[in-house]
Amino acid sequence: MKSELTWQEFIITRAIKASGYSAIVFVALIFFFLLREGLPTLGEVPLTTLFSDRWYPIEDYFGILPLITGSLIVTVGAALVAIPFGIGTAIYIAEIAPRWMREILKPLVELLGGLPSVVLGFLGILVFSPWLRVFLDLPTGLTALTGSLLLGGIAVPTVVSVAEDALDTVPRAYREGAWALGATRWQTIWRVTLPAARSGVLTGVMLGVGRAIGETMAVMMVTGNAPVLALTPGSLFSPVRTMTATIAAEMGEVASGSVHYHTLFFIGMMLFLISLAVNVVASAVVFQSKKRAERILS
Amino acid sequence: MNRHLSQRLGFSLLTMVAVFTVVPIIGVIVYIFIQGSPAISWEFLTVAPRAGMREGGILPAIIGTFYLTIGTAIFSVPLGIAAAVYLSEYSADTRWTRLIRLAIINLAGIPSVVYGLFGLGLFVLFLNFGTSILSASLTLSIMTLPVIISTAEEALRAVPQAFRTVSISLGATRWQTIRRIVLPQALPGILTGVILGLERAAGETAPILFTGAAFFLPRLPGSVFDATMALPYHLFVISTQVPEMPIRIQYGTALVLLVFVLGMNLIATVIRSRARARRQW
Amino acid sequence: MVVMNKIVIENLNLQYADGTESLRHINIDIRENAITVLFGPAGGGKSTLLRCLNRLNDLTEVKTVSGRILIDGKDILDPQTDTIVLRRKVGMVFARPVVLPMSIYQNLSYGLELAGEKRSSVLYEAAERSLKLAALWDEVKDRLDDPAIALSGGQQQRLCLARSLAQQPEIILLDEPTSGLDPISTGKVEAALQELKRNYTIILVPHSIQQAARTADYAAFFLQGELVEYGEGSELFTKPKEKRTEDYVTGRFG
Repeated sequence: MKSELTWQEFIITRAIKASGYSAIVFVALIFFFLLREGLPTLGEVPLTTLFSDRWYPIEDYFGILPLITGSLIVTVGAALVAIPFGIGTAIYIAEIAPRWMREILKPLVELLGGLPSVVLGFLGILVFSPWLRVFLDLPTGLTALTGSLLLGGIAVPTVVSVAEDALDTVPRAYREGAWALGATRWQTIWRVTLPAARSGVLTGVMLGVGRAIGETMAVMMVTGNAPVLALTPGSLFSPVRTMTATIAAEMGEVASGSVHYHTLFFIGMMLFLISLAVNVVASAVVFQSKKRAERILS
Repeated sequence: MNRHLSQRLGFSLLTMVAVFTVVPIIGVIVYIFIQGSPAISWEFLTVAPRAGMREGGILPAIIGTFYLTIGTAIFSVPLGIAAAVYLSEYSADTRWTRLIRLAIINLAGIPSVVYGLFGLGLFVLFLNFGTSILSASLTLSIMTLPVIISTAEEALRAVPQAFRTVSISLGATRWQTIRRIVLPQALPGILTGVILGLERAAGETAPILFTGAAFFLPRLPGSVFDATMALPYHLFVISTQVPEMPIRIQYGTALVLLVFVLGMNLIATVIRSRARARRQW
Repeated sequence: MVVMNKIVIENLNLQYADGTESLRHINIDIRENAITVLFGPAGGGKSTLLRCLNRLNDLTEVKTVSGRILIDGKDILDPQTDTIVLRRKVGMVFARPVVLPMSIYQNLSYGLELAGEKRSSVLYEAAERSLKLAALWDEVKDRLDDPAIALSGGQQQRLCLARSLAQQPEIILLDEPTSGLDPISTGKVEAALQELKRNYTIILVPHSIQQAARTADYAAFFLQGELVEYGEGSELFTKPKEKRTEDYVTGRFG
């Protein structure tokens, strides 16, 4: 009986260990496939064309710059919305709201994070962008601005969750120390609590931005899908197209193995690398702060 | 005096910020409920669409989303929980473990449309599964994996270390301890994470765009190798690509998807709070 | 009657991974069917020594262990040792009562079920027997299916004692078992130990020197990883041979 137990346990333990390593396998697999289908682009499309400012695949114009600037302007806009609102709301929930309100607000914000982006994009088309068009007197409501605002709203729950957790984790002793020295709660928040939670808040911001970069549906539905270079602040009020929307919109119509096909995978590869970079930086920040905290506490 | 004044101003400002963030959430949900309820009827939920989706119901989309969610669960839940068990109970702080964690963080951050590309490349084309429930479920599973692993690991770590020590001191092996004490105690937390992960998978459009979703399907899918309709994709197409689409039906579809997702959220929340109340530690 | 040495520790040295040395040149013989008390100020290595006896130190960051620990003549530090069987033979009660998140009955049957015992008659008999030995039977016999967490602190600790007795070990290790308990509960535990010592070898780390003096048949004084003095309880506390022992026992430091 004992030996049967060991034999069963041996297999289970092996299976568990293999599962643990599966994450690495999947990341490698994804990277490999993106590379496999995306690298040929470098051979098929001359670099000058690839980084030109015309994206018009029907006539073999594969310039991805407009797509990059499109993603950039929408993401920056989203960050400008999500950071103040996200951090502000997080501070409110963690430091100012009474206990009972916290119990309601936290799940509510989490709820927003769970709403399918296609639903938000849908409301964006039907409600938000017409309103914006009238409000700002624009020729169309499908602009980079609309996308930014919507994306900002989508990124906010991520920022709030992570930042609020970080603020919550700050030891009570820090706040009490500041109060004992005569600081008001407001001063304590800005001079003691927030700096102490700095790395967690930063992580929240980065994860929120990461979410914004990677968002596809909502942004595709409200930004107008015009692949034009978006370099001036004025571009905010005209249609743009992001990298993610391009893939989603055009992938269904490409012939497998064509140049267009490879280029879309190339864009996908770039998105993968960008999110990889953001995540590596975000986790490095957390790691650094942990080491600092360990030194301080020891 | 100035300090207290600035505190009052500051607090009011932040309160407004919070209100401005939270009210739209409620507004969105309420608005969809109001606009969408007129479309909801028994027919809408149980009948297939007619006249190019402009009439009838959305049953195939509902069933399709249901299939995809189950398919995702089948692949991601066992694998995710096992990986979480490894991280929580077996792994040491080595370079390999840090690499695994980095990989998980990465998987969590990959844009959903890139998952769609990957699914297309690997499952649809390379493995020749075609545009199918199978391809879409596998794609969604890998996307859902990081969420399940993170929440499950947290739930496992929350179980007090003292239980493990006691169990070992009574002559248990590591797996016996996990199976008899750690996993059962962590189960509510794991379940909550699983449901939240599946909720996200149910609402995603981009990963299924080229791997399994279809719009005009004459029949319900008969096997895992068939394509399927799905609520998020259906909503996307009827709101952007079908002319003369009755607004009522669009809102109705959005409402059904919303209820599906919110329903799962509610179940997860209930499980979480009931487990907290019944905890024996 | 020949008094046997149940446990013989030869030249035990133990060092933790962070370099702190915890046990140095420990040589001690533990008598069978008696209460041996390991006492001394904090950091002396007493808990560490206990955890060596059931190889619980395998779970922690121990860097090096050398020496031999012979239980019934067999070295348990030998890598070939079946630690599962060892831990059934050597039971342990911890400082804070840690009841498993199950019913009282399940806490008691847990160990036997691990070993593969499924017959409920055997499990029930074991539960009743160990609860009686721990002087807890009368208090819980009507509510064995209640969650163990519902018991008071003193009852929980006696449940932990019963739990360790359920597998009929030969040796019982107790690491400050009454440190969180009120005097009445403490008294009950000490009384139970006096009964148990007739059939079990008991090693106790007391939480006060008074408890040490009350319960010890044999006593060992540990100071910073070293065994300073070892002898019969009646002598060690009244006429210690070493100056350091005397200083500690009389309260000159602690």
